[in-house]
Amino acid sequence: MTAEEPLLQATNLHTWFELRQWGFLRVGSVRAVDGVNFELGRGESVAFVGESGCGKSSLARTLLGLHKPTHGDVIFEGEHLSELKGEARRQYLARVGYVQQDPFGALPPFMDVRRLLSEPLIIHGVTDRDERERRIRKVLEEVRLTQVDEILPKFPHMLSGGQQQRVVIARALLLEPAMLIADEPVSMLDASVRVEILNLLRRIQQERELTLAFITHDLSTVRHYADRIFVMYAGRVVEQAPVERLLDNPQHPYTCALLAAIADVDADNALEERAVPDGEPPSLLHPPEGCRFHPRCPQAMAGLCDRQDPPLFEPEAGHYSACWLQDPERG
Amino acid sequence: MNRWMQGLRELKGYPSAVGGLGIILFLVALSVYTVITIPYSEALDRWRGGEHWQMHPVNAGPVWADRLLGGNLPQTRVVESENAEVREAPFEGGKQVRIPLTFEYDNEGFPSELNLFLNQKGTQQEAFVRLTWHTPSGEAIPLGGQRVSEESRISISQNRALEGRLGMVPHVGLFAGDSDPADPEAERGEYRLTIDAMLFDPTAELEADLAVYGRVHGLAGTDYQRRDLMLALMWGTPVALAFGLLAAVGTTITTLVIAATGVWFRGWVDALIQRLTEVNMILPMLPILVMVGTLYSTSIWLMLGVVIALGIFSAGIKTYRAMLLPIREAPYIEAARAYGAGNARIILRYMIPRILPVLIPTFVTLIPTFVFLEASLAVLGLGDPQLPTWGKVLNDAQEQSALYNGFYYWVVAPAVLLMLTGLGFAMFGFALDRVFNPRLRTQ
Repeated sequence: MTAEEPLLQATNLHTWFELRQWGFLRVGSVRAVDGVNFELGRGESVAFVGESGCGKSSLARTLLGLHKPTHGDVIFEGEHLSELKGEARRQYLARVGYVQQDPFGALPPFMDVRRLLSEPLIIHGVTDRDERERRIRKVLEEVRLTQVDEILPKFPHMLSGGQQQRVVIARALLLEPAMLIADEPVSMLDASVRVEILNLLRRIQQERELTLAFITHDLSTVRHYADRIFVMYAGRVVEQAPVERLLDNPQHPYTCALLAAIADVDADNALEERAVPDGEPPSLLHPPEGCRFHPRCPQAMAGLCDRQDPPLFEPEAGHYSACWLQDPERG
Repeated sequence: MNRWMQGLRELKGYPSAVGGLGIILFLVALSVYTVITIPYSEALDRWRGGEHWQMHPVNAGPVWADRLLGGNLPQTRVVESENAEVREAPFEGGKQVRIPLTFEYDNEGFPSELNLFLNQKGTQQEAFVRLTWHTPSGEAIPLGGQRVSEESRISISQNRALEGRLGMVPHVGLFAGDSDPADPEAERGEYRLTIDAMLFDPTAELEADLAVYGRVHGLAGTDYQRRDLMLALMWGTPVALAFGLLAAVGTTITTLVIAATGVWFRGWVDALIQRLTEVNMILPMLPILVMVGTLYSTSIWLMLGVVIALGIFSAGIKTYRAMLLPIREAPYIEAARAYGAGNARIILRYMIPRILPVLIPTFVTLIPTFVFLEASLAVLGLGDPQLPTWGKVLNDAQEQSALYNGFYYWVVAPAVLLMLTGLGFAMFGFALDRVFNPRLRTQ
């Protein structure tokens, strides 16, 4: 992480979804993202990790401007996202690329590749057909779809899953973004092409010096593709650290549990019992009081964890954890 | 677009598609031919009736139907004085003219009417004419004399005195020869009408046209106003197709866009659209059209407007909404929002094209419904007062009790064309449905 001004800053970000009855009675809010703070530097690759329903995807969509934050704001290159209107907002959308989970669903099925790649350029005012064609070909080569002439007239269903995801990545790169948000980019892909796509993303990120925000539930792949990890639980970031430090020296009990759940390829350990926390992620409609993990936490301290929300402690430099266990005053 | 081409190629495998498309193309070709050969204003002008049709018979059947049944009923013939050997003899202050109008008659049955059109040029003075009818057997029947001014029509068929003398209506009696008056038979051979005229101006000219009206005429026959039904049948085609197509396009596109707008914006926009649709669904279309037609105007374009206006918030909105709701949440739409696509673009370019292939067949089968609607309105007497349409022909036929009087062709021809239209679009639409609707795919 560099000392310069961060590319993107999330300050006290909340994204709540209102639940209504009869169309107008407010009966509560689903707190998908509930007070998240972080900074992403330029050219950095970070991973957001957590189980399903922890708010990772909602966070991604909030960063993309698809959901309006309920509180707090996203500050991108010094500008507040909530204050961007019209053309400025469009410019922001061009600066942030989005790679979705389901590559087939992410491509309009009735457009051929040429057409669907032209769309973002048309929207962003590239009216010259030759210019569009040039940029499309360039970006397709960048994602290693080298037989461009064959690919361009094809419809999404004629492409393989890997090719579809490459087209999705190409579309995200077309507008020369400064940041790429990849929401589980490989989870729907065949195992054989996952590494290819991850390597491709990593290589593009390094070549273009992009900020890459990875969203995944799979801690095993994170080590090679991210510089920093954010572990999310119930709408909050519970631990953040450079990748090696977090994986080798996890602080938060939830991270420990996640790490313990990673499949071990060593046959000798096949019968080994693992300490996997019971229960399910908490309801985002009525999150538990105090630390949100305390009902499942094996080290929960009665009277503290179920009463008070832990702040972010910094047990070592650059390594943050929201757990009372790391409270330096506790001794 | 690849997918469309592929679908069209697939259509060739369906006989009903080929047949339906054949019928549609025939109707379209007929429309184009009609509009080019008989311009709109001319069609309106002619359909108003009058002088244009004076050489046409009243209520004549189609020629081909008679010939097909081995008949030999007469067609209208007009004997003109231009081709006759006119003899002139001048006298002081005028001249005497003798015009023999000769024609060959070898048909079964009798003409339907006899009219003589006289046209005197070059003078204001009335002339005096005396007519004599010569039958093939050499009999000469005087038809009387009368004064004629510049242009006059002598209705030989209406000559009551002659009818009394012959004991039969003139256009039968004059051709009956010696046959039994109770069951007359036409005498074949050469007939002649001699016109002896006294013109009271030496410079005057007299032209005479004898119209021997037939009992069959053209491809479609004529109606009670001597109008050739072919004109209405031909002009009915572009009118019907235009009405059906415009109404179908107008209602489908607006409905689709409105449904997509509601689905996309949700909230009060959607609620408003849904409520409007529900109110509109219980409004009865036909009574409203009848009311507009009765109280305001029966112009076909106004009717088209009302049909479209009532069709905008039609039940289709509910169907389209159901189809669009899952599409709204599709990841590709989220992606489009993420790269900056605006609301209009998402609705028109991302949501609607997704369901369009499924709607094409419905759209095609919708066209004849509106064609039938227009015809029904016309039959109810709410047709366009000026335009010749199939429905108007049916309405006229009904008013003149066509079927009771045996003028079957008057009813059958427009009905067949209406059925053909329905059949063509239905056959094509059902085949399209099989190609574009995934649920009906057999392979």
